Amino acid sequence: MSTTEQPMTPGFEVDPAAFRHLADAQVNVELDTGDMILNMGPQHPATHGTLRLVVRLDGERVVAADPVIGYMHRGYEKLTEFRTYPQVTTLINRIDWLSSFANEVPFVHAAEQLMEIEAPPRAQYIRTALTELSRIATFLLFLGEMGLQVGALTPAFYGFRDREHVLNLIEAATGGRFHPNFNRIGGLKDDLPWGWIAETRNVMKIVLDACDVFEDLVVGNEIFQARTRSIGIIPGELGASYGVSGSNLRASGVDWDLRRDGAPYLAYPDLDFRVFTHPDGDSFSRYWVRLQETRESARMVLQLLDGMPAGPIMAKVPRIIKVPEGEAWVETENPLGQMGYYVVSKGATGPFRVKIRSASFSNVSILPWMLRGVYVPDVVTILASLYFILGDIDR
Amino acid sequence: MADLATLTSRITDALGDAVVDQGEARGTLVVRVRPDAWRSTAEIARRSLGFDYLSFIAGIDWMPAPVVGLVEGDTSTPAQPSDMTFGVGGSAGRFQVFAHVQSTAQHTGVTFRTDVDEADPRVESWVSVYPGADWHERECWEMYGFVFEGHPSLRHLYLPSEFEGHPLRKDFPLLAREVKPWPGLTDVEPMPGGDDEAGEEGAA
Repeated sequence: MSTTEQPMTPGFEVDPAAFRHLADAQVNVELDTGDMILNMGPQHPATHGTLRLVVRLDGERVVAADPVIGYMHRGYEKLTEFRTYPQVTTLINRIDWLSSFANEVPFVHAAEQLMEIEAPPRAQYIRTALTELSRIATFLLFLGEMGLQVGALTPAFYGFRDREHVLNLIEAATGGRFHPNFNRIGGLKDDLPWGWIAETRNVMKIVLDACDVFEDLVVGNEIFQARTRSIGIIPGELGASYGVSGSNLRASGVDWDLRRDGAPYLAYPDLDFRVFTHPDGDSFSRYWVRLQETRESARMVLQLLDGMPAGPIMAKVPRIIKVPEGEAWVETENPLGQMGYYVVSKGATGPFRVKIRSASFSNVSILPWMLRGVYVPDVVTILASLYFILGDIDR
Repeated sequence: MADLATLTSRITDALGDAVVDQGEARGTLVVRVRPDAWRSTAEIARRSLGFDYLSFIAGIDWMPAPVVGLVEGDTSTPAQPSDMTFGVGGSAGRFQVFAHVQSTAQHTGVTFRTDVDEADPRVESWVSVYPGADWHERECWEMYGFVFEGHPSLRHLYLPSEFEGHPLRKDFPLLAREVKPWPGLTDVEPMPGGDDEAGEEGAA
C-alpha cells in the first residue's frame, strides 16, 4: 500500500533453493502454483465484529493483504453534530463496546475543559477505578480468547469466568454491564453503592489469581510460544508512524503510556504504577504486556480504593449545558490504545465537530504491512494478538 | 505553560516561513501552515522535530449547517450559530485539514492545520512520510472530498464504492433528521416540581 519499499517480516526470509528437492518430490510439479485470492470474513471468529480481509496467497504464504472495513460504519462523527453534549455520551459508549466507560472519559473531559469546570476528587477517583475495571474486563477477554486462537479451549473459559466478576462490579456501580453511560459533564450520575468497595477488593484478588493462572497456563505453554514467538513483528518506529498505540506499541519496546506521559488526567498522578514494555514486538510480547498490565491495573484499583476521598460526586453545572466557543483535544490511554476526541465548539448546546481518534483504526491499518509473508494460520494469531474491536475501527 | 512556549518556538523555528499562524487550544499547540508546505511540514516534524507518532488526520468544514425543523425557544435542538467563524489559527475559507502528531520520547504533541481551497480541494499527501496516513486520508477523501495528491490509491474506506456525496460536509443532510424532525420540546417530560427556569439554576 505504501510507496516505500518495506522489508518482509523478519524471520521469514527463506531461501527457495533449500526447498527445491521437496518440490521435485511432489507428484503435481507441473501444476500452476499461482496466486489465490482468499476472503477471510466478514464473519470470522478472530475478528470482534465484521472485518473482511482479502488475502492473496501463494501456497500457504500471504503475498498481500487488504483489510476491508466499513461493514459497521455508523457515522458517529456526523451524528454528534446533531446531538447535545449529554446525548453524545450515549453514542460514544458504542465505539469500543468492551470498555465503554473508558470511551466516555475523554469526551466528557473535553467538554469540561471547554466549560472550565472540574469534577470533584471523589468523581475523579471513581472514574479512574471504573476505567481500570474496564481495562481488566477487556484484557481478561483477550487473555482467554488468544488461547482459543491457537487451539487452547481452557483459557477462554477462565477468561470469561473471571471477567464476569468484573462486569458485575461495573453493573453494580453504573447499572449497565456494557454501556454504562455513567459519566456526566462535571461528575458522575451516582455515588458508589454500599459494599462495593469491599466486593471490589475481593474481585481484585480473583483477578490477580487469574493472572497467575494465565501466566502458567498460556505464557509458559510450549505450543503457545511456538505459535506466537517471532510471529507478526512490529518494529517500534514503524508502528509509531502507523499510529499503533497502547499495549501493541509497548510490546514493540516503545516506553509510552499516556497515563504516565500524557497531560495529567483523572487520578493517575496520585497512583504508583509500572509501565511494562517488551523488546520483541511479536504476538507473544503483546500477550505478555497485556497480562502484566492486567495485574498492574488490579493493583491500581486497590490503591484507588485505599485512597478514595469523600465528598460530592458532581460539580455545579447549569441544567442546560452550553459549551463555550473553543477547541479541545483530549487523549487518554484506553485498553486498546490511544483514544482521543478533538472537540470544536461554537457555543451551542451541541458540538460543532468531533473528530474521534479511536485506537483500533490505526492499530489495524498496519495489517497490510504485517501480513506480507506470513502463513495463513499465523494470520489468525496476529489478528487476535493485535486485539481490536470493530466498533472502534468503524465508529 | 513554559513548556508550550519552548515547543512553539522550536516548531516555528524549524518550519520557518511555512507557518501562517499559531495558537493554543486548551493546552494543545495548533500551528497553521501554508497549503504548499503541508508535506514538507510533515517531513520536518518527523525527521527533525522527533514527532514519530501519527495520531490522526481529519478534515473540518467551518460552514454552518442548515438547521431543520427548529422550533422557537426549543433548546433541545443543538442549533449552531448561523455565521461562519473559524477556530484557533483562523482559516482562509470553508475547508481545512488538520493532523495531530506526537513524540513518544519527548511526550509532546502538536496539531498542524492547513487551508483547503473550496473550488479545487487539493492537499498534499502525508503517506510517504507517515505510512499510517493512508487510511486517514482515504477517510478524509470520502467524507470531505479532499484530493490527497501523491496518495497511492484513494478508494472508499467506509462507504460502498458507488456512494455519491461527501457525508461530513455541512451541506450534506442527515437524512434521518430530514425524514423525521427531532422531537425536541414535544418529547420532554416536565421536570419534577414544574419549574421553568431551566438553564439558570445549578443542578443538585
